Amino acid sequence: MTGVPAGGDGTRDPGLQPERTRLAWRRMGLAYTVVTVLAVRLALTGDTAGALLAGVTVATWWATLVVGWGRATGRRQARIDTHAVPLMALGTTGLALLCVALVLRGVW
Amino acid sequence: MSTVKRIIGVVWQAIRRWFDPSDLNSVGSTPDYRFSLANERTFLAWLRTGLALIAGGLAAAQFLPPLPLRHLREAIAVALLLLGATVAVRAVDHWSRTERAIRLGERLPASRFPAVLALIVAVGALLLVVAVLARGVSG
Repeated sequence: MTGVPAGGDGTRDPGLQPERTRLAWRRMGLAYTVVTVLAVRLALTGDTAGALLAGVTVATWWATLVVGWGRATGRRQARIDTHAVPLMALGTTGLALLCVALVLRGVW
Repeated sequence: MSTVKRIIGVVWQAIRRWFDPSDLNSVGSTPDYRFSLANERTFLAWLRTGLALIAGGLAAAQFLPPLPLRHLREAIAVALLLLGATVAVRAVDHWSRTERAIRLGERLPASRFPAVLALIVAVGALLLVVAVLARGVSG
């Protein structure tokens, strides 16, 4: 723990904004993990397609954790890389649509 | 036809704005980093809301018993999943519009989305209450 504030000027923000942001990223990672476990459980139906879909789900989860890791540990700059935000959101949207496909796959 | 064209144009502009960080990093002036962090946390909170809806949809698909109406279980699951996807897309759109407004010193963007989402969740919950009561009465 280096305790470097995200402001980078050596002062600590009394509102603990960097710390709150780190915890928000960790909560997001936990929520994503729960969703991934549920999605993999739905995907695994014992055939090749199921295994592939489960693999895609796990890969999305892993990519999310990699993108969020720098923010969750506070090792990056104070301001988020503006590319990361749309990537996170579209990853989540893609996961939701993948799950729709999984549910519909069970119907047919 | 022109309406469709206009809608496509608006959507395209929004997507371009999300993925054009050089634009988002150059308009106006760089604000106090705490404002950006607060905006980032709000985005994450919305993303978690979306993830919770997705988890609800996945749980409905896997843990609900078969319902009297055919495919009702799957319909509930798909509705929750699509709602989660919508929340995630809207989260990034609101984040980029807020970031832009902070940089330009404008008013923060107003949104009806929270009210609409609250109404949808409330109506869904009421329907569930009715369904549970109806089942209790009929045995």
